[in-house]
Amino acid sequence: MINEAKIKIENLNLFIGNNHILKDINVKIPEKKLTVILGPSGCGKTTLLKSLNRLTDLYPEIKIQGKIFNGDEDILHPKTEITELRKKMGLLAQTPYPLPMNIYDNITYGLRISGRRKKRFLNKRVEYYLRQVSLWDEVKDRLKDPASALSIGQQQRLCLARGLSVDPDILLADEPTSALDPISSREIEELFVKLKQRYTIVMVTHILRQAKRVADYVIFMYLGEIIEHGPAEQIFEHPKNALTKSYIQGTYS
Amino acid sequence: MRTLVLTNFKLRRNLREKLSTFWMKCCYVLVLAMPFVLLTGLLIKSSLLFGEKSLTELIFSSEWKPMSGKFGFLPFIISSLWVTFISVIIAAPICLLTAIYLTQYARRVVLKIMQPVIDILAGIPSVIYGVWGIIIIVPFVSKVAGWFNVHSSGYSILAGAVVLAVMIIPFILNILIEVYRTIPIELSEASLSLGATKWETIKKVLTRKAFPGIISSFGLGVSRAFGETIAVLMVVGNVVHIPTGVFQAGYPLPALIANNYGEMLSIPMYDSALMLAALILFIMVTIFNMGSRYIIIHYEKKI
Repeated sequence: MINEAKIKIENLNLFIGNNHILKDINVKIPEKKLTVILGPSGCGKTTLLKSLNRLTDLYPEIKIQGKIFNGDEDILHPKTEITELRKKMGLLAQTPYPLPMNIYDNITYGLRISGRRKKRFLNKRVEYYLRQVSLWDEVKDRLKDPASALSIGQQQRLCLARGLSVDPDILLADEPTSALDPISSREIEELFVKLKQRYTIVMVTHILRQAKRVADYVIFMYLGEIIEHGPAEQIFEHPKNALTKSYIQGTYS
Repeated sequence: MRTLVLTNFKLRRNLREKLSTFWMKCCYVLVLAMPFVLLTGLLIKSSLLFGEKSLTELIFSSEWKPMSGKFGFLPFIISSLWVTFISVIIAAPICLLTAIYLTQYARRVVLKIMQPVIDILAGIPSVIYGVWGIIIIVPFVSKVAGWFNVHSSGYSILAGAVVLAVMIIPFILNILIEVYRTIPIELSEASLSLGATKWETIKKVLTRKAFPGIISSFGLGVSRAFGETIAVLMVVGNVVHIPTGVFQAGYPLPALIANNYGEMLSIPMYDSALMLAALILFIMVTIFNMGSRYIIIHYEKKI
C-alpha cells in the first residue's frame, strides 16, 4: 500500500556545535503521500525538514553527516545544484512570510528567476495557482496590493501558492497551521489533503489530532531520534513502542 | 483609625503617580520645544537682514561682500550641497556592500570584531579626521587632479567629501547592519526554496525589505554630512565662489559660520547674516529629514 520511496534518508547525523540534534536517522518517505513528522517540540522535526532542501546551509554552525536521496540525487553532496534541488521542494513555514512585494509578484517571483517572463504566461500561472489554494476569488481584484495587507490565513495560502508556482514535486511544511486561527488551519489542512494526490508532502506537526486527520505515513520522533515510523493506521492503532503509545494516547508528559 | 491610615496611604500613592507622570511630561515638552526655540532664536537674530533684503535676493545672489553690505549665500549653499552629496555617493555603496557582506556572508565572529571598530570610527573627534585629511587626502586629491590635467592645491570639494564620507560611514553602516540583521531568516528561506540564488535573494527580497531602513540611514548620513564643520573646514579650501568642479575649493555653510562668528560682531549686519546662514542650514537639514521620511512612508505602503 505504500508507494515507492521518494526521499531516502540514510544514517543522517546532525550537530549544532557539540549538540547532537539528529541521531542516526534512517527512513524512507513514500511518494505522493502525506508524511507527518510527529513529535514534541524541540525533538528535531524542523531541523530534519530543513535538511531535506539544505536550508541547513544557512546556519554555519550546523554540521551534517549521512546521505539524503531525492530519487537518485544525493541532496547533501556539495556538488548538487542547490537552486534546482530547492525548486523541486516547495516550502511552507510556520508563520507566513510573504515576499515584500505585491500579491501578483509573490507568485511570479519564482517563475521569473527561472527565466519565465512572458506576461500572458505569468498571468495564467498566477490565476491557476491562486485557484489551487482557493484564494483567487478573494484577491483577483487586488493583485497589485502588497501581500502584507492580506489576513494571516490568506498569507499562508498565498505562500503555499508561491511554493507551488515553481512546479515542485515535494512540499515541505513546517507546522503550517500553528500561527493560524481554527478556520484558516482547517482550510490549509483541506488543501493538503487535496494536494497529496499530486505531491509528496512532508509535514511537521506536534498536533496529534491534525496528524490523525491528514497523515498517510507517520514518523514519530523524540529527542532527535526516530522512535517509530510506518503507515498512519498502524502507528495510530497499534503503536509498537511504549513512547509512541503514550504520545498517541495523550498520556505523554 | 485604620481607614484613615489607608486613605492616607492611597492619597500618597496617587500623588506619587501624578507627580511622576508630571515630570515625564515636563521632560518631553522640553525636548519637543527645543527645535522651535532654536528656530525662533535664529529667526529673531537674522531678522535684521530680512528687513533690508528679500529672501530670494539673499539666497540666489552669489556676491558676498560683507563690508559693502552684500550678502549672497549661493556660493555657500552650493558648496554645502556638493560636499554633502559627493560624500554620500562615496559612502553609500561602501556601507551597503559592507553591511550585506557582514550580515549575509561573513561568519558571526567577523561581525563581532567589526562592531567595536565601527564604534571607534564613530567616536573619533572630527578634528582628527580634519588633520588626517590635510596630511593624506589633500595631497592625494592634488595628485589625482593632476591626472585629469587640472591644477589643484588639493584643498577642495573632493577632499572635503572624502573626509566626510569616512566620517559618516560608521553612522550609516551601524544602521544598515541593524536593518539587515533584523530581517527574519525565514524570508531568505522562502526565497531560496523557490530556487533563488543567494545574491538574487539579497538583491530582490532582502534589499526590498530593507529599503526604508536604507533610506533612513542615508538620510541620517546626509544630515550629519551637511552639518559637519571642523573636519570639512580644514580641507575644503574656504574660497567664496560657486564651485564648478570637484577639484575646486568650496566654502560650505558651517565653515562660514565657524570661521567668522565672533570676529565680526561689531558689524550687526554681518552678525545677522551668519545667523541667516545657520537658519538656512537648519531648514535644509529639516527638508532632508522630511524628504527621507516621505520616501519611507510612501514606500511602506507598497510592500
